[in-house]
Amino acid sequence: MEIYGFGLVGLCMFIGTFLGRSLGVALGISGNVGGVGFAMLLLVAITNYLEGKGRPLHERTQNGIRLLSALYIPIIVAMAARQNVVAAFEGGAVAFLAGGLATIGAMLCIPFITKLTSPKKDKEAA
Amino acid sequence: MLSLIQGIFTSYGLVGAFLLVAIIMLISYTFASSIKQKRMGSAIAIILGLVIAYVAGKYTGGTSGVADIAVFSGFGLLGGGMMRDFAIISTAFGVKVENLKKAGIPGSIALVFGVIFSFIVGSIIAYLLGYTDPVDVATIGGGAVTFIVGPVTGGALGASSEVIALSIAAGVVKSILTMIITPFIAPIIKLDNPTAAMVYGGMIGTTSGVAGGLAATDPKLIPYGAMTATFYTGLGSLLCPSVLFVLVRALIG
Repeated sequence: MEIYGFGLVGLCMFIGTFLGRSLGVALGISGNVGGVGFAMLLLVAITNYLEGKGRPLHERTQNGIRLLSALYIPIIVAMAARQNVVAAFEGGAVAFLAGGLATIGAMLCIPFITKLTSPKKDKEAA
Repeated sequence: MLSLIQGIFTSYGLVGAFLLVAIIMLISYTFASSIKQKRMGSAIAIILGLVIAYVAGKYTGGTSGVADIAVFSGFGLLGGGMMRDFAIISTAFGVKVENLKKAGIPGSIALVFGVIFSFIVGSIIAYLLGYTDPVDVATIGGGAVTFIVGPVTGGALGASSEVIALSIAAGVVKSILTMIITPFIAPIIKLDNPTAAMVYGGMIGTTSGVAGGLAATDPKLIPYGAMTATFYTGLGSLLCPSVLFVLVRALIG
């Protein structure tokens, strides 16, 4: 059933967040360090393991997960509509330059880091 | 009549948000295909969402955009961290382990480099614009990492609330700018494969910005960028008030 897909993602989310928050406590910072990442890795590990065993998730379970990922862009649009855009505009020159230059500079570094750190065979894919 | 409609929106908040987001997307995608830029549909929808948030913020004086208006409070739930993370995790379905392995090292290096880079840029700007106290400089530098790292750093170091507010604003600028410019800058920075997406998530790191930016660029890349970005704020909260602050104090203290 489709709900199994929701349940599986939910389970990964809870385990991942538990790990992320535990890591936060262990590092002495309040918050969730990489919880979403752990949850994603867990979902990848579970689905790849099942496929490797020749027993992939039932089609309808997969549809549940696909429905959730199809909701992703609408959720992001809703997220955009509840951002504190006014604060960004009214933060003045310091906020604008600090945030803006950090963003643009970091983006321009991306091709160099990709090139420097990835194995040569990546070029074929590009 | 009006109060009747208001009543429906307030009691069916989440459904109302689905309805309105559907309308925003319909308008955006129709506009995108009418200018023959179908791929820009989600980018336009995100920008439209930000415009609505700006107008709503001006109108209510609140901090949560359109969600501060009672009839649109469903946006708070649909666009909140819970649904965002739930949906992000689901995008990992279909990701191949070998792609992750290939991008693991570049992604991790980008993560460390990205936090330090943003902190340094933010700190330099703060210093150049007249902030000379190492605590203020490090707090604004933290804000250039993400809008959570700024207040975490400022709180730990005892910065004034004015500077903390500024650091949040810097982080929000970063997040919103990322959502807007990513689809336009993607061809220039070759953001078109899983490895580049993981590097992108590590370099930029602001979760909402990365999520929005990749959604507007290529939905297939979302899980890779989101995977590294999720570690960014934590790493920033760890490094900025400690090692990086000590560095700032050594340089200008």
